[in-house]
Amino acid sequence: MELHGFGHLLLAGTWVTLQLAFTSLVFGLLLGLVGAAAALSPIGPLRWAAVGYNTLMRGIPELLLVLIIYFGATHVIEWMTGAYVDIGAFTAGVIALSIAFGAYATEVFRSAMLEIPKGQREAAMALGMSRWDSFRYITLPQLWRLALPGLGNLFLVLLKDTALVSIIGLDDLMRQAYVAAGFTKLPFTFYMAAAMIYLLLTIVSMQVIQLLERWANRGYRGARA
Amino acid sequence: MTSPAALEVVDIHKRYGEHEVLRGIDLTAHDGDVISIIGSSGSGKSTLLRCLNLLEQPSRGEIRLRGEKLDLREDRHGDLHAVDRKQLERMRARIGFVFQSFNLWPHLNIVDNVTLAPMRVLGLDRRSAVEQAEALLARVGLADKRNAYPGNLSGGQQQRVAIARTLAMSPEVILFDEPTSALDPELVNEVLGVMRSLADEGRTMLIVTHEMRFARDVSSQVMFLHQGRVEEPGPPSEVFTSPRSERCREFLASHL
Repeated sequence: MELHGFGHLLLAGTWVTLQLAFTSLVFGLLLGLVGAAAALSPIGPLRWAAVGYNTLMRGIPELLLVLIIYFGATHVIEWMTGAYVDIGAFTAGVIALSIAFGAYATEVFRSAMLEIPKGQREAAMALGMSRWDSFRYITLPQLWRLALPGLGNLFLVLLKDTALVSIIGLDDLMRQAYVAAGFTKLPFTFYMAAAMIYLLLTIVSMQVIQLLERWANRGYRGARA
Repeated sequence: MTSPAALEVVDIHKRYGEHEVLRGIDLTAHDGDVISIIGSSGSGKSTLLRCLNLLEQPSRGEIRLRGEKLDLREDRHGDLHAVDRKQLERMRARIGFVFQSFNLWPHLNIVDNVTLAPMRVLGLDRRSAVEQAEALLARVGLADKRNAYPGNLSGGQQQRVAIARTLAMSPEVILFDEPTSALDPELVNEVLGVMRSLADEGRTMLIVTHEMRFARDVSSQVMFLHQGRVEEPGPPSEVFTSPRSERCREFLASHL
């Protein structure tokens, strides 16, 4: 495929897309864990907050979320601190994608937590382990195994949702393809090139997710180590 | 002066809403006592055992371990909770509990199942925890399974690992909650054998069980529970051969 010297732009855009996806993944996972813990908490207000977060964030199109945060965050910061701060497209994108990912991840983590039999926590309690140790050594390690398939799916969605952030001017893969297409008047070429790159990233991600799942399931497949 | 009893509970009550499961149970376990708790299902045996280390919240009563009283506070539903979480954790570490359904942790191999609590709770370093675990696994006849995962073991093997896991905390009292009820009949004896050897070495044990012959052979005391009360307490020679209560007689007739 002849890219008329725009290949390096697409590569630079790919790099931005990856940074955006992985940064959002990290924050989104944290939000999801906190959300799930809140959703299952015995404390009422925490549960309500989790439900509110979930409903709100899953009820708004992510494109709208990106726009609201990009244009709204500046107002909020100005209102709170009095200072005018431009948060930038990358930060806005990370915030929007993290809270959207977090809302869906909350559900995945929540049902994973419910899948772990209560007796396992009781065994930890009966041995005098603290709640934190029980969470850290019993719940958390199994959570990954149970949540991985769901989280993997969410990540594949996230990877492609990063393209939404191009609308606020972030130089990600999508926007670079758009720029190159406009400049060369070869939209098909560049959008196809971008599509191939997204596809490649997705295939690699799927392979990695599969490896992680296999690793998380060791000991469950009748293998005597 | 005699030392305080290993475990002493006074007037334990437990209610679920209107339904009263335990209606005032007293129990004292001195060092070396093996107390079997028998009774039909629904008599409150398992609930009693679970109340002793607060896996279940009692509604009333006192729990003392070696004379130390567990501080309890009532919540708005009328359930008792530990005032001091640390005290509860300390006491739980000294009271072993063996579950009907083993409750091994499936993501950890056998050695890690046995070493986790001693390392996290007692602060043992990995090397001594592993050494201890290997000795305990050998004791329950599973030395060769140290690297297996619970999913690869039979029920009887899992329960023996669970017993080793409990022993690793060097508990002063061990509570067994129907330890063989979830096992296929041919696997029951390997678990009872381990329990018998524990009784023989003078461990203090409370056993909720349906294995009447075993209870008769190893117990120093037997408690027959009926509708949340101790209907008939006594040495096994009396309870099993000449029970005074009609209900206990009926129960034994259908279980021996």
